Amino acid sequence: MATATTTIARKRSALTRGQLPSYAPWAVVAAAVILAAAIMALVGFNALGWGVLSAVLFTIGLVTWSAAAEGSRKAKDKLATCLVVGSFLIAVLPLVSVVWIVLVNGLPGLVTPGFLGTSMNGISGLQDNTSVNTGSRVLGGIYHSLMGTLLITLWATVISVPIGLLTSVYLVEYGNDRALARAIRFFVDVMTGIPSIVAGLFAAALFAAISGPGTKTGFVAAVALSVLMIPVVVRSSEEMLKIVPNELREAAYALGVRKWRTILKVVIPTAISGIASGVTLAIARVIGETAPILVTAGFATKINMDVFSGWMSSLPTFIYTQILNPTSPANPGPSVQRAWAAALVLIIMVMLLNLGARLVARFFAPKTGR
Amino acid sequence: MSSNSLTSAGASGRTGDKVFSGFALGAGALILLVLFSVATFLVVQAAPTFVANPSEVAGGEGFWKYILPLVLGTVIAAAIALLIATPVSVGVALFISHFAPRRLAQGFGYIIDLLAAIPSVVYGAWGVAFLAPAMAPGYQWLADNAGWFPLFAGPASATGKTILTAGIVLAVMVIPIVTSLSREIFLQTPKLHEEAALALGATRWEMIRMAVFPFGRPGVVSAIMLGLGRALGETMAVALVLSSGPLIASLIRSGNQTIAAEIALNFPEATGLSLSTLIAAGLVLFVITLAVNMLARWIVGRHKEFSGAN
Repeated sequence: MATATTTIARKRSALTRGQLPSYAPWAVVAAAVILAAAIMALVGFNALGWGVLSAVLFTIGLVTWSAAAEGSRKAKDKLATCLVVGSFLIAVLPLVSVVWIVLVNGLPGLVTPGFLGTSMNGISGLQDNTSVNTGSRVLGGIYHSLMGTLLITLWATVISVPIGLLTSVYLVEYGNDRALARAIRFFVDVMTGIPSIVAGLFAAALFAAISGPGTKTGFVAAVALSVLMIPVVVRSSEEMLKIVPNELREAAYALGVRKWRTILKVVIPTAISGIASGVTLAIARVIGETAPILVTAGFATKINMDVFSGWMSSLPTFIYTQILNPTSPANPGPSVQRAWAAALVLIIMVMLLNLGARLVARFFAPKTGR
Repeated sequence: MSSNSLTSAGASGRTGDKVFSGFALGAGALILLVLFSVATFLVVQAAPTFVANPSEVAGGEGFWKYILPLVLGTVIAAAIALLIATPVSVGVALFISHFAPRRLAQGFGYIIDLLAAIPSVVYGAWGVAFLAPAMAPGYQWLADNAGWFPLFAGPASATGKTILTAGIVLAVMVIPIVTSLSREIFLQTPKLHEEAALALGATRWEMIRMAVFPFGRPGVVSAIMLGLGRALGETMAVALVLSSGPLIASLIRSGNQTIAAEIALNFPEATGLSLSTLIAAGLVLFVITLAVNMLARWIVGRHKEFSGAN
């Protein structure tokens, strides 16, 4: 009996020599968590410090053990794994933190009655001081900004989608590898890198030249956003048109269908789901842009539904001005509450757009298979 | 629809072809025109600044004296962002492409993409409300213990609204960009190279160093440069987070300013020459980011054949 167990044990050690036992990571995790808790108890406990310290201790423990038992190559491998996983956790941390902070700070403002339905018209420091002093509910809302954001984004989409889609059609169907097509591709790529504020300055300068200096309307903002949106639409539509199988085009040509009708009736309908999802992602990108709207549409506290005249508010600029220049400098509380609630609304809109783009791409996927 | 309507009337079809291809060509040409006119309009509107009497330009010593600290501030903020974002992004990209369980990898990638979806003004608000106060004690500690080092010279900012905080916020915004591009490149490493390395007994890390990194290096470099372009041009996060001031070496005191934030903060009140000065600043920013982006695209283009990244 005793000899049997020793041979089994020897066999296992022969096969797995130079390897950590399978329970090793769990043992090190437990040790690291307990040790970190002990150290934190001495210095003063906080959850984030505990997590970070546990991770560091785990890495040190596992790598040292591995170096002793397995040699330096495997230890390096373990170290790299720990660092790679750690970098992912580091990247997720701000996401969790941002979403949490916006939720916690934004919810009270969002559930205030009238927040979505009223504008900031007539709200001055006086009302904010009253609501702070008497504890009554915070007045004023984001209706004007919400409408501004929707109108400006709608106009930007109306401008960008035809231009972007036609350009991608040119690149895929007509341009092929001509010099002009290559130049367009290159400059579209370059355009994706234009800083958003420069796009805003361009629109402001353009309309200053057309209709006098200081022209600030929703339409100018829409033009600025289009400069940012067009390259995104071009790139995504181009990718989608490229994956339309050539057999479809050739079948249409073989039936004697003109090229333009082939494109309109065969190529684009096949790729429409991808194009729609790309456009949705492009909208999600520009809907949160602040800087270009700041320099092109100004700020407004009243509802303005006319994009062609008068200053216009938008959610991002509303957040920015409420934080930087509170309505009541003595009591910034209500302004900050409104800003966070607007940020929550904006994040929800962007997330819904992202989700919508993915759903569109999944459920209306190109019918390329048979 | 009958096939008749598709094939009907040769003459009108030919016109349709011409009109449609004309529209497509026009749209493409319009994009080139837009980029060209961006440059032109900025130059035209900025011109008064360059010919104005130096004493009338903001700062009173001419445009170049005014813009130089802003350029340096922009570069400092972007450099901090990249120093933090590069290792993290490469790590995250490796995690998604080579470490995470295959089934979960796509979901993890989506989580990182969500970082890019959050609007910059929300990052700015987060930086002011959460990150800056959280960093302030750390800055105080740095000033007390490493104050002899010029970058950490005191007195530390009590609010934490410093260029280092702004750089960290920028890093968070750059990470998803660099990650998604690097991830695509790492995923395109030839499977046979990886398997050959593993078959020779390499550990996973050695396989990555021997097969994945040499293959992906140009792509990662250009991804970093595209991230740099974003960090240089980001406005709102810096405008909200940074308590601006003259150019200083210390990263933990309030001070420094970036071009984009300077424009956003001063544009609403600017008229005449000061407006023209801000547009000239925008032109400088445009030229810098254009150069960085073109260089990045050129690197990608040069290695396109074997990196597959574009």
